[in-house]
Amino acid sequence: MSSATTSPGKDVRIDDAGTSDRPGGPPRLPRMRRTPGSRRPRRRGGGRDKAGVFTYAVLILATLVSAFPFYWSIVAATHSNAEINAVPPPFLPGGGTGSFEQAAEQANIGKALVNSTIVSGTVAIGTVLACTLAGFAFAKLRFRGRGALLSLTVATMMIPPQLGLIPLYMMMAKLGWANELQSVILPTLVTAFGVFFMRQYLSEALPDELIEAGRVDGASYFRIFRSIVLPAARPAMAVLGLLTFMTTWNDFFWPIIALSQDNPTVQVAINSLGGGYVPDQSVILAGTVLGTLPVLVVFGLLGRQIVGGIMRGAVKG
Amino acid sequence: MAVTSPARLLTTRQLWRRRGTKAAPYAFIAPFFVMFAAFGLFPLVYTGYVSLHRVRLQNPDAMSWVGLDNYTTLLQDEFFWNSLKNTFTIGVISTVPQLCLALGLAHLLNYRLRGRTFFRVAVLLPYATSVAAATLVFAGLFGRDYGMLNWFLGLIGIDPVDWFNEKWPSQIAVSTIVTWRWTGYNALIYLAAMQAISYDRYEAAMLDGANRWQQFRHVTLPGLRPTIVFTIIVSTIGALQIFGEPLLLQGGTTGMNGGASRQYQTTGLYMYQTGWQYFSLGKAAAIAWLMFLIIALVVGVNAAIVRYRLKRAAALTAAKPGKG
Repeated sequence: MSSATTSPGKDVRIDDAGTSDRPGGPPRLPRMRRTPGSRRPRRRGGGRDKAGVFTYAVLILATLVSAFPFYWSIVAATHSNAEINAVPPPFLPGGGTGSFEQAAEQANIGKALVNSTIVSGTVAIGTVLACTLAGFAFAKLRFRGRGALLSLTVATMMIPPQLGLIPLYMMMAKLGWANELQSVILPTLVTAFGVFFMRQYLSEALPDELIEAGRVDGASYFRIFRSIVLPAARPAMAVLGLLTFMTTWNDFFWPIIALSQDNPTVQVAINSLGGGYVPDQSVILAGTVLGTLPVLVVFGLLGRQIVGGIMRGAVKG
Repeated sequence: MAVTSPARLLTTRQLWRRRGTKAAPYAFIAPFFVMFAAFGLFPLVYTGYVSLHRVRLQNPDAMSWVGLDNYTTLLQDEFFWNSLKNTFTIGVISTVPQLCLALGLAHLLNYRLRGRTFFRVAVLLPYATSVAAATLVFAGLFGRDYGMLNWFLGLIGIDPVDWFNEKWPSQIAVSTIVTWRWTGYNALIYLAAMQAISYDRYEAAMLDGANRWQQFRHVTLPGLRPTIVFTIIVSTIGALQIFGEPLLLQGGTTGMNGGASRQYQTTGLYMYQTGWQYFSLGKAAAIAWLMFLIIALVVGVNAAIVRYRLKRAAALTAAKPGKG
């Protein structure tokens, strides 16, 4: 697996990395030397062709397909059920807010939003901290068992967490944490992906010389971590935090097992809307709008960083 | 580096520091591994143990040993086989179009574009939604009587399709939701890999007179091969876990059943039903463990194929160095 996934990264060209395109990307200085001939101006063929009308048309179509379900749920949420079932259906948002109020009331959305913010925030912070520490150790420190532990971590990235749900449920029941927020926070507090992501970033972005200089100056590892590693890791930490926040916000399987309707996260609330007890499409979609809006705002503001993070993670793993 | 000249005696303080230096790496990985072992590795292993017991949801502390009974029951359980078949067909009709579309999109995104950041963010938009939200929106669009899709099909003269109760339409509906959510994500992964292909190779191909399509076929695709293998493995694992889409397509008990006649019940969903509707945690654990074996098999077979192809490619290159 690792050989298959790391190889494409070997000859990334600096002009593709695009300075404007990857804010907070790793310092790419060492890379520049590798491909001296790859200056930007005018080239034909390959990936550098100028896009034609057809390309734009297809991409605009893809954008519409991506965005349509969001648009439609806003349209539906602001109309009554009777109106959205009309032929032809409405295509513009109406002015109704009744569905939002009903959804909030029936599905405990207010509490769900607070809970999801707490859960996702805690998980994001925990993941970033623990994974940066471990990622640094795997990237830059030599110690016995390093290779084996790293392989173990990477191998488990392939195993879906779904498969451990039953013991997890039994554990939480035993601890008396069923329906408590810690039951959804603790199991996702660290991820193997996070360690791998930080390791890949730090092994590139952090020159060994800097750490050695710190050691020569007599700094302890923790001092080095604080003054040298953290500042260098900050961009990747931000991306990992964003990705983790989104993933946790959208987590579905475990939360619907661990939590109930009176202490829900957003997905648990949405699940109960879709449980068949609310026959009103408009109310259901109003609930999904309320539950999705916060992530969409984050995505709208920081979408470019998220794209950069996924693409960087992709080349490396 | 930390080694001082051997002639000098170390003070106690220095000795401590030295020991601290040796232990430091473990201190760095400890927070991760403690949590990971407790909530990641342990449950996985323990699933296997639970699967050998009779455990009821109402009283999960009372476990009685039943050996392989859960497994033998499952292998004779037609609902289990049904769920495996559904998982397989839904997996194929969601993964194949998804990865092909993603490849095409990535190719287009790799052109020099105005507003390329906008398009990249736009195709990733579905990734930001949850399974639950996406499924509920699509369930409305797929509705038989009032759904927009059937209204649209009516406009072009096609009879309304029952997207929930008929087998293939319902599986297509589930796959559509999966495809919608993941195509953009995979496109960005392909795009990243495409940008990593050295331009020299395209130049060489052009010198050889390769046209656009031949360049794509002989430079881009081979360059993407490791990434394609990777996305196939990840999507396959993802497909084996499809759960939220079938659960919420119709919702309620019908949803848990994966449709009135289980026409789109996946294995993940059957595991949930077994545990949390039929209260059989032991049997549900056996389903989980079988899913794990299937995943291990899929990953293993994929890895074997990759290794075989690499070996063959190496052999070919060695045989005909001119064409390499």
